[in-house]
Amino acid sequence: MTDLDRFRAEARGWLLANAPKSMFTLPRSEEDICPGGQKVQFPPDVAQWLKVMGERGWTAPTWPKEYGGGGLSPAEGKALHEEMRSLKLRPALAGFGLTMIGPLLLHEASEELKREHLPRIARGEVRWCQGYSEPGAGSDLAGLQTRAVPDGDDFVVNGQKIWTSFADRADWMFLLVRTDPAAEKHAGITFLLMDMSSPGVSVRPIRLISGYSPFCETFLHDVRVPRKNVVGQINGGWPIAKKLLGFERTMIADVFLARDEVGESDRMLDLARRYVGPVQGPLADPLLRDRITQVKLDQACLDLTLQRTKDSAKAGQAPGAESSIFKYYGTELNKRRHELFLSILGPQALGWEGEGFEPGEVKLTREWLRSRANSIEGGTTEIQLNIIAKRVLGLPD
Amino acid sequence: MNLVLSEEHQLLRATAAEFVRSKSSLKRIRALRDSGDAAGFSRDLWHEMAGLGWAGIVVAEQHGGSGLEYSHLMVVMEELGRALMPEPMIPTVLGSAALMLGGSSAQRRALLPAVAKGETLLAVGYQEPASRFDPRRVATRAEKRSGGWTLRGEKHQVLGGPTADSIIVSARTAGGEADASGVTLFLVEAGARGVSSRRQWLVDGRPSSIVRLDGVEVDPAAVVGEVDHGADVLEPALDRATAALSAEMLGSMVAAFEMTLEFLKTRKQFGALIGTFQALKHRAAMVYTETELSRSAVMAACGALDTEDARARELVSLAKARLSDAFVLTANEAVQMHGGIGMTDEHDVGFFLKRARAAEMTFGDAAWHRRRYAELKGY
Repeated sequence: MTDLDRFRAEARGWLLANAPKSMFTLPRSEEDICPGGQKVQFPPDVAQWLKVMGERGWTAPTWPKEYGGGGLSPAEGKALHEEMRSLKLRPALAGFGLTMIGPLLLHEASEELKREHLPRIARGEVRWCQGYSEPGAGSDLAGLQTRAVPDGDDFVVNGQKIWTSFADRADWMFLLVRTDPAAEKHAGITFLLMDMSSPGVSVRPIRLISGYSPFCETFLHDVRVPRKNVVGQINGGWPIAKKLLGFERTMIADVFLARDEVGESDRMLDLARRYVGPVQGPLADPLLRDRITQVKLDQACLDLTLQRTKDSAKAGQAPGAESSIFKYYGTELNKRRHELFLSILGPQALGWEGEGFEPGEVKLTREWLRSRANSIEGGTTEIQLNIIAKRVLGLPD
Repeated sequence: MNLVLSEEHQLLRATAAEFVRSKSSLKRIRALRDSGDAAGFSRDLWHEMAGLGWAGIVVAEQHGGSGLEYSHLMVVMEELGRALMPEPMIPTVLGSAALMLGGSSAQRRALLPAVAKGETLLAVGYQEPASRFDPRRVATRAEKRSGGWTLRGEKHQVLGGPTADSIIVSARTAGGEADASGVTLFLVEAGARGVSSRRQWLVDGRPSSIVRLDGVEVDPAAVVGEVDHGADVLEPALDRATAALSAEMLGSMVAAFEMTLEFLKTRKQFGALIGTFQALKHRAAMVYTETELSRSAVMAACGALDTEDARARELVSLAKARLSDAFVLTANEAVQMHGGIGMTDEHDVGFFLKRARAAEMTFGDAAWHRRRYAELKGY
């Protein structure tokens, strides 16, 4: 038995002994995983699972132990992940802390900032939000206008952020501010960490077309942020911001990879059987059948391309240019999938709430509306295509 | 199934790429077309390809082949496809797959070593004027007579037909016109009494013919596979040829796309390179995306054939559905982005447009394979 086999066996035993029974179900979406933080009360089993995993450092398995992680090697981290998948055990914690700001701090922050923030992220005590976009700076992020002016040991920050996911429930924000308005637009930006409880921070949820409010506007009025909360150099925030976007894209690819594919593909066919029929054999509507097949084939091609990327990485080959298509193609496909769900449901897809509609039907309708944001958030489809044209195809500016 | 090319595959690819670069060109393809050459390909080149082991690349070593896998055939086909090479790989893969799957030991012994050496050419006649894409729709009849069978009917668009020495044909021995059972495969000599072949001129210039069977008498040893169960041989053989064709299509679409990219980087209008225009950049990025998705589909189909994966049939349909749509899209965009020059015969891009449609319609188009995928999945 190798050391890795031994680790795997021990990890499995520990997981079985310590995970609450209700946690042995794979998440259907990100919302099924605990986001941590102080502002939301979680059910006892969820809180318990977070507590034991956080104490062991297995919420952030490969982070060093001194920063609250599990201190595992990459191979052990992968083994732990595989064991949890095979047990259908859901992760104890998810969110921007673990996937975005945490990895960035590990690479870029001072020792003081690492010791201050990383253990609290790993234990799920702090929930983070991202202060990037502004009303006047969406796709053109570097056009941001939120100002930070030095004053003693602090910066004084004024401005407005928008599309801050769950800012109303976050404890800290990482944000981009303009510290040198005279410099070229990419050169005058600084990357800051800000406590959301600071005086002058106010948050207003934005109601979306789905009826839900996952995003907020965040208003910053004379907010004092200590200078020590700068990550990287003052006026050197843009490379830091881009590095973080790299972690974000990895996260998006991981989300596609972690999807419960079997359940998902059956879902579409189950719905077609129920709403279009018959219960077996060829579907009654050949046009709908062809649309379903097209979406399934597109999904299969995307999944195979993700697998190809993973297989080349495992074989020690450098990642190919194909990874640039995942955000663009994955989100466009997800929108088409949701439109097809509506077509399958027919008139039963028209419910907003109340009588005559099942909760599952209303949920699909709301998810369709939510899916429209997929090709806008995290870099629009048009920006992704620009990136492919420039970086992969070498087309001129 | 591992979706990664080994060092061995990459070496083979390099060999194939160098061979194609030094031996062929779109100029040669144009000259072949303009000459009205009856064979439609170069026999000298075919012998060289056979010498490299490609004519029998997936034929078992015991039958004189190279004994390699479909993933090896894939990298060779992709390189041949880049240059639109018309040498008869596809009819050879189809014919030899049928013999490997259903041929008697006498048939294999007689044909496969010679095929692998490039000395004998095979073709498979299964398409008919009314069959569209369905290999089960067979009107050609085989009537039992004492000591054998008599074949009557007409096969259309027989790939490799003009030069084939031996032709495997499907004929109905029982059942109704579209029944899966009741189809039998027969091996006939191109020179046999009652067999005649007329050259068909297709839009892409690939050599093809109408094979007429006018009371052709064959003996029982001519049957390939089991009587009435020819579909059990023909359909898996078609799957193998379809995987090979999909790989060829991938190479062709990548070449058409590269030609287009080059044009976007050199053509100027309004005082600027047209590749700076976002309307064209975005479409180029979308075509690029299709090339990557297509590559994954082809690798999966060939990998599944090699590992005898239970999903091989559906993955072949996945690949052919994808490549049919993606190659046509790429070729359409290539012509459009080239503008007026793309409409001229003088420019090479039109060859890709024509080949895209011909390849799309060979072995079933995208809609046909989507329907087959759904049927295999039981919905």
